[in-house]
Amino acid sequence: VSLALREGKVSPTELCQRCLHFIRKTKFLNAYVTVTEEIALKQAEQAEKRFLKGYIPPFNATVVQKLLDQGAVLMGKTNLDEFAMGSGSTDTIFGPVRNPWGYSRQYQERCAQNPEDTKDSSDWLITGGSSGGSAASVASLTCFASLGSDTGGSTRNPAAYCGVVGLKPTYGLLSRHGLIPLVNSMDVPGILTRSVHDAATVLGVLGGHDPKDSTTVPEPFKPFSLPDEIDVRNVCVGIPREYHAPGLTKEILAHWTKAAELFEKAGARVVEVSLPHTQHSIVCYHVLCTAEVASNMARFDGLEYGHRSTIDSSTEVMYASTRHEGFNDVVRGRILSGNYFLLKQNYDRYFVKAQKVRRLIANDFMKVFSSGVDVLLTPTTLSDAARYSEFTKEDNRTRSAQEDIFTQCANMAGLPAVTLPIALSERNLPISLQFIGQGFREKNLLTVAKWYEQQVKFPLIEFQDVADHVSEFPKTTKSASAF
Amino acid sequence: MVLHCPWTMMAASSAGVCTACTIFRLSGRYWFSRTLSYNNNFSIRNVQTTTLHCQSQPQTKRKTDPRKWVGVVGLEIHAQIHSNAKLFSESGVHFAAPPNSLVSYFDASLPGTLPVLNRRCVEAAVMTSLALNCTINKKSLFDRKHYFYADLPAGYQITQQRLPIAVAGSLTYNLLVRQKWNQVVTKTIRIKQIQLEQDSGKSLHDDTRSQTLIDLNRAGVGLMEVVMEPDMCCGEEAAAAVRELQLILQALGTCQGNMAEGQLRVDANVSVHQPGEPLGVRTEVKNINSARFLARAIDYEIQRQTDVLESGGWILNETRSFDYKSGRTTPMRDKEGLQDYRFMPEPNLPPLIVYDNKTVPAHADPQQVVNIDQIRERLPELPNVRRSRLVEQYGILPEHSFTLVNEDGLMEYFVSVARETKAEPRKIIGWIIKDLLGLLKQHSLNVSQSPISPMSMAELLNLLEAGTVSSSAAKQVFQELWKGAGSSASQIVQKLDLGLLQDRSTLEQICRTVIDSHQEEVRAIRGGNKKVLNKLIGLVQRELKGRADPVQVKTILEEKTL
Repeated sequence: VSLALREGKVSPTELCQRCLHFIRKTKFLNAYVTVTEEIALKQAEQAEKRFLKGYIPPFNATVVQKLLDQGAVLMGKTNLDEFAMGSGSTDTIFGPVRNPWGYSRQYQERCAQNPEDTKDSSDWLITGGSSGGSAASVASLTCFASLGSDTGGSTRNPAAYCGVVGLKPTYGLLSRHGLIPLVNSMDVPGILTRSVHDAATVLGVLGGHDPKDSTTVPEPFKPFSLPDEIDVRNVCVGIPREYHAPGLTKEILAHWTKAAELFEKAGARVVEVSLPHTQHSIVCYHVLCTAEVASNMARFDGLEYGHRSTIDSSTEVMYASTRHEGFNDVVRGRILSGNYFLLKQNYDRYFVKAQKVRRLIANDFMKVFSSGVDVLLTPTTLSDAARYSEFTKEDNRTRSAQEDIFTQCANMAGLPAVTLPIALSERNLPISLQFIGQGFREKNLLTVAKWYEQQVKFPLIEFQDVADHVSEFPKTTKSASAF
Repeated sequence: MVLHCPWTMMAASSAGVCTACTIFRLSGRYWFSRTLSYNNNFSIRNVQTTTLHCQSQPQTKRKTDPRKWVGVVGLEIHAQIHSNAKLFSESGVHFAAPPNSLVSYFDASLPGTLPVLNRRCVEAAVMTSLALNCTINKKSLFDRKHYFYADLPAGYQITQQRLPIAVAGSLTYNLLVRQKWNQVVTKTIRIKQIQLEQDSGKSLHDDTRSQTLIDLNRAGVGLMEVVMEPDMCCGEEAAAAVRELQLILQALGTCQGNMAEGQLRVDANVSVHQPGEPLGVRTEVKNINSARFLARAIDYEIQRQTDVLESGGWILNETRSFDYKSGRTTPMRDKEGLQDYRFMPEPNLPPLIVYDNKTVPAHADPQQVVNIDQIRERLPELPNVRRSRLVEQYGILPEHSFTLVNEDGLMEYFVSVARETKAEPRKIIGWIIKDLLGLLKQHSLNVSQSPISPMSMAELLNLLEAGTVSSSAAKQVFQELWKGAGSSASQIVQKLDLGLLQDRSTLEQICRTVIDSHQEEVRAIRGGNKKVLNKLIGLVQRELKGRADPVQVKTILEEKTL
């Protein structure tokens, strides 16, 4: 497309109209929260939730502003789990997001062969989450790039289920100013695109120090482009032993093995490595995550902005009822456990200990990389996308622990990671693998990912007449951003 | 429900008496009736304190040997940093600006906003720490302290709990013993730490309409919290220490130090104990907005605690509020119970690193780093140095230099007068401290509000020095100047005919008249009682409205009586 644009075969307006047309046709996916047909609309990337329903942030996130400064056309705000707490994009105030692949010709045809899979026509495939709307917006071809947030895998998980590229940059490379915080020490804006090349382009626009975010690194960031001819003979790919997790489907394991063989055949060095503390990562992630959530959510008291309860017999009563009404069970649960971990009597036993283990996890990666490994190759998810009815059989907490299993380690260590679709499963749904790179070495990481992308030639999604489904979309439109 | 002894944390017997601690029997009270809701507040330290009291001082002995209780006072002082912008945002800092006119998105805690540290505030803290002889931590950390309050928009305050910017300093101050200007005692308090933190907003409670209004102008303003060790023993010491700190901050320009405007806020931790014994249970006294009230609040609290202990009661670890109208302290109800602030590292701020000449990175932008050595070079003259300089330069007494420096603007007044007159500095001091300051205090005026300008004062002293007026006439001129009719000193002298009487024959004539009408006194003088002579001198001066040279009058009277 970028080639067509450059050569003048298609004008930006035409392209934009085509995308808007697609958005209207795919409204039932629930991917978009607000469709901003007029691009001048000022909207920051924002995690919509009932607490902030109707709240329009008065300033733009740095990453959004940078894109607008480069002339990007803002298509709308995308849907996601409330306060980014979820891994299915099912716990959202605007209704769950539906995976575009569920409506693809490829999947529908396979379902027709296997009637068991279609027993309930009201069921659909989840996108993964929390930035499910962002992934769906790119996967449904309604836009070229979308922003998400990635705290434990919220960009990479839905990217994997929706068959798009999901990049989580190194912590400190992109500004978090304007990003509603989940876990400040792990959050990064995530980039979702149709190709690795596009991800590198968007990264080039977004990267670099922001005076408004003291945790961005001061060193200047140089945008880069990726070579077309890639030689992986000097690359060392590490396969972490601990990622053979229980619950990993045979299918994904097979593709993972195949990928390793492909690298080997191309002359890359493939070595098995060990990240011994990975097994403790998800537990520590939950302690640190809930503690920061409890702290970050303290501001939502209904005084300055957002929802305020009408029950206001005293300030304390107003706080309590406002926060009770404004947060869903998942958010309330995390606030409660986070406050528990931060109590004076528990702080050392939980929070400090989790921080120590976090350091050990980061050290594991350091050791592997200093032993000569360039990138790690791992699965992104345990399986392909589940159906909504299946996914919601387990609660949010259990699902988050399962879904983030391969992704949150990179957040714990602050490392860059990219997921890309590599093949279709037996159900004709996307299967993705993840590359984890060294801090601030996005160029190396994406170069390896691009080489692999070239090898696997992942098929384009083919839609049947999407209009068939338009009748069933819930309520309306309206959060992460899509471009 | 199992009751627990607050001191030993052991379950109490059914009679409400702790088996490990017989203290309650001795006091003749059941502890649980008094301390039920507070029993979490007692720390282990108090176990020893109270147990020791009981074992060594049985009640019977106490009656015959009244023990001496001494106060122990520690202060926590919040000094608002004098800066253009807040600690973590670009909003301005002004007292009494229209409500909510100085509030950034960050100050209002809008989601997605992040703190950006104001370098000016760090420099102010480093400069203050240097002036207070602290060890500056090259690396310090920020923490979140959580509590819900309407004027705390984020639900937490960013402070420095684990690793503050400076530790282990000292404050040396002078105390005038018993408010007489004749004895200055120098004392030193240890400073535990200085930390940077955010100020909160202000809540305005409108009881008639039962609503609370919130002004966030102050929310996020930089504070330096100065934590002092409990090295003081009474209100007077605490007030003197705070005054010295105030002068230091004002000299540095790091804080304007106006207590009435809340730029300097003092909380006092007060306990009493007996010398040689561990410290007693302390209370924290808040809501003190002047140095005078600080002294009163502390002294009241020491007396109250002493009375409670003397009558066999117990001090509760609680926060009390000072009511300046009644001069009493009362428990603050909303501060009851133990708060768990759930401290957590502030994840949006990297560690604060300050440098010195040795450690500053070669390529660093001087606008981006804080260099301790450079700040040390910029330190202005501190009050104690200023006092020594005054003593040396003008040959005045140390206690006078103390008064000159401690009274706002008085040193400047003195220096101006000294520059304009040939009068001895010591003479000038007498006029300024005794006469002028006395009157100013009597009328509750500041030096800057004095009706007598330094120029007028200098003119008056010059008239005195030149022998144009006698010292008693000068006092009259001073009184006239104070009335502020707009006339200069020499105009007043002329108008009221107060010039020194130069004509000896007139003087002799008046002396003769006085002697003639006071024969009895003359006999006394001749009998050897020289003191009576002064009475006659006074009578002559009264006759002349003080216009005569007293030395000359004395000579003439002596000649005529002896």
